[in-house]
Amino acid sequence: MTEQVNPVYPTTWKRPPLISSATLRWSIILGAAIYLALALGTMDVKWSRVAEGLPRGQRFLDAFFPPNFADNRGVVWDGIQESIWMAVIATVAGIMMSIPIGLGAARNLAPKWVYLSCRAIVAGSRTFPEVILAIFAVKLFGFGPFAGFIALSIGTIGFFAKLLAEDIENMSAAQAEAVKATGANWFQWVNYAIQPQVMPRMIGLSVYRLDINFRESAVVGIVGGGGIGATLNTAFDRYEFDTAAAILLIIIGIVLVLEYASGYLRKWVQ
Amino acid sequence: MPLIETSDGPDWRRRTTKQEFMIWFGWLIGTAIVVYAFHLISEKTIWFFVQDAGTQAMDIGTRMVPPKISYMDKLWLPVWDTLNIATLGTVIALIIAVPVAFAAARNTTPHPIIRATALLVIVSSRSVNSLIWALMLVFIFGPGVLAGTIAIGLRSIGFCAKLLYEAIEEIDHTQVEAIEATGASRAQQILFGIVPQVLPTFAGVGVFRWDINIRESTILGLVGAGGIGLQLNGSINTLAWTQVSMILLVIFVTVLISEWVSAKVRHAII
Amino acid sequence: MLRLEGLRKQYRTGDLALKGVDLEVPDSQVMALIGPSGAGKSTLIRCVNRLVEPTDGKVYLGDLELTSLSRFALRKARRRMGMIFQEYALVERLTVMENVLSGRLGYVGFWRSWFRKFPKEDVREAYRLLDRVGLMDMADKRADELSGGQRQRVGICRALIQNPELLLVDEPTASLDPKTSRQIMRLINELCAERGLAAIINIHDVMLAQMFSQRIVGLELGAIVYDGPPDQLTPEVLTRIYGEEDWEATIGKDEDAEDEDETVPVAAQVLTGEAAS
Repeated sequence: MTEQVNPVYPTTWKRPPLISSATLRWSIILGAAIYLALALGTMDVKWSRVAEGLPRGQRFLDAFFPPNFADNRGVVWDGIQESIWMAVIATVAGIMMSIPIGLGAARNLAPKWVYLSCRAIVAGSRTFPEVILAIFAVKLFGFGPFAGFIALSIGTIGFFAKLLAEDIENMSAAQAEAVKATGANWFQWVNYAIQPQVMPRMIGLSVYRLDINFRESAVVGIVGGGGIGATLNTAFDRYEFDTAAAILLIIIGIVLVLEYASGYLRKWVQ
Repeated sequence: MPLIETSDGPDWRRRTTKQEFMIWFGWLIGTAIVVYAFHLISEKTIWFFVQDAGTQAMDIGTRMVPPKISYMDKLWLPVWDTLNIATLGTVIALIIAVPVAFAAARNTTPHPIIRATALLVIVSSRSVNSLIWALMLVFIFGPGVLAGTIAIGLRSIGFCAKLLYEAIEEIDHTQVEAIEATGASRAQQILFGIVPQVLPTFAGVGVFRWDINIRESTILGLVGAGGIGLQLNGSINTLAWTQVSMILLVIFVTVLISEWVSAKVRHAII
Repeated sequence: MLRLEGLRKQYRTGDLALKGVDLEVPDSQVMALIGPSGAGKSTLIRCVNRLVEPTDGKVYLGDLELTSLSRFALRKARRRMGMIFQEYALVERLTVMENVLSGRLGYVGFWRSWFRKFPKEDVREAYRLLDRVGLMDMADKRADELSGGQRQRVGICRALIQNPELLLVDEPTASLDPKTSRQIMRLINELCAERGLAAIINIHDVMLAQMFSQRIVGLELGAIVYDGPPDQLTPEVLTRIYGEEDWEATIGKDEDAEDEDETVPVAAQVLTGEAAS
């Protein structure tokens, strides 16, 4: 018990700042402000051009009410189908190639040189967006869905092999050791100790990747990789905004379905 | 895991006959889909080009080395633009995503109809790739950095708002209850009970999306929306392969740096 | 001071948590509410300040009937009831001071709370309370840096800075070790005595309930099965509340209160239980 009769308590309180050093705090704030000013300066908005464009934007918005599903129906349907199938086989092929690469890119499984080369493949295919991959695929394989398929497969490898490798690295070492202790060979070990641990998540991720691949298939078409993107690009070039609106709505619809499907599947797997 | 009575005593199998049959049936369907998909794609492929791809790749590959270092002089500005597109786009997205997320989270939404609208905004923003957003915006604002920035912003709203509203729904409810019990208003409950809990997620999501946006903004130039993609497109069209390899190198380095920064910042926050 | 009349709560799942409870807690009485898990203790406490909406019945705080209040009037009424939680329920990423000051949210406007500009008296009172519970130096620490006992003290400060007439205390010791539990219970008791507060304390530790309360109410399956002074808890009563078990060893006798320092239940010093209803 303190014997103070009338202790004097402070009447103000300030929250301690996130960054305790005042100089550092202010230089960060100042730096951010300067950067923001410079960055906004590069925007160079041409208002005359914007004014000219706004009616176009208006026309584009109008095209959504109602979108035109009827004209070009055949072309749109073809494009959608092409996109879906492209996404499906790109996912399957990409995952099949990711499994050896992912196993190789796991530090606890592979010898050093395998690990490094697999990591290099992963880093390479992850850095470049699918569209850039598609540009090169189109150069090599010609216009059409095959190029898109190749680009999406490579993108899938970068995504899937990385996550697979990380999952394997984070798995429970105790379980892996227990199976190894039974005298299992390498393949048995992978099959019994590793596969059960990473499988549920991988199934969920593959549906997720299918979803991504479908979305990306809509853009590889813009650079000549086939699919709905090509149809969309044509619609824009011909100023057929109502068809473009219809295509966008279809894409949103399919993505929604895929998202629900993947959520459902993930619940079912776990 | 059933035990099956056979003539020579019980036999352990992993699955019942019916389960086994279902699994094989699933595989059959899956394989059929893949084969069908590949068939459709291959119909639209000119296989002559594909066979030729190896020599083409060698050809382009040899023409790409060595990268034209001197071209860097012309790349500084596009890199700066790319950085600005990504950063300002992320800032725009975060500013809009916050109210959308609070409207979409089940425990903070003012009304079910508002929640449905917010979810619709999130889905449409997420389903449409930034390149498609850019394609549309170039029509409205004309080519340039502005269209790219807004495209990145529009695409990121959905991503950020989705992760954010999920975080809001997963907060510890008792902390909010304690604030409610003091007689605080609804707005104060959000301010004192919810905001402190989701603030780290908010920062993490922003940095994470910024990293993705750096990657995405490298390609926006393909449709004229500013950034380094413009130079990439030009160099490919003029078959200036040493410039192309230089640009790819620059993209690779930029992405690596942004990934490193984002990982560092996220680590510091969490 | 607090009167419940026919308080009933049926959850949407159909579970009947409270079956028409009548209860009166007079001014400055510390009452322990005991009973097995699922008896409805938490629901009862939450029905008082309407964190859980009662299905039926009336709650009077003084002359004010709470169940029919509008949202705005309810907020004003909640300021008169401080609540202390199981697992502390501090906002973990806020500082200790902000947690304490959050008890004043019912009194200050939105923008003042946004800028953390609380009135001078509030800040002074917050420091005074923190000093009283021995956490003066912790004001700028983040709540998740504190130990369990320290966090519960902050929780107590948050409830007291409301300047309440009634404390609603929900399992204050559930996640604390035995020694800290006693310290916390003693602290709550002392503070109630200092300020003449009434309190309802949910607690499942019968011994603690006996040591630190003037009156014990036993709840079983949403109905009151015992209401009386702590020293009349007999094995028969406990069997009625909790079911068959050997209760002899559980019941606290004055001589086996073995705490080193002062062992006399604080409650006993203040008043002896005036069993109501």
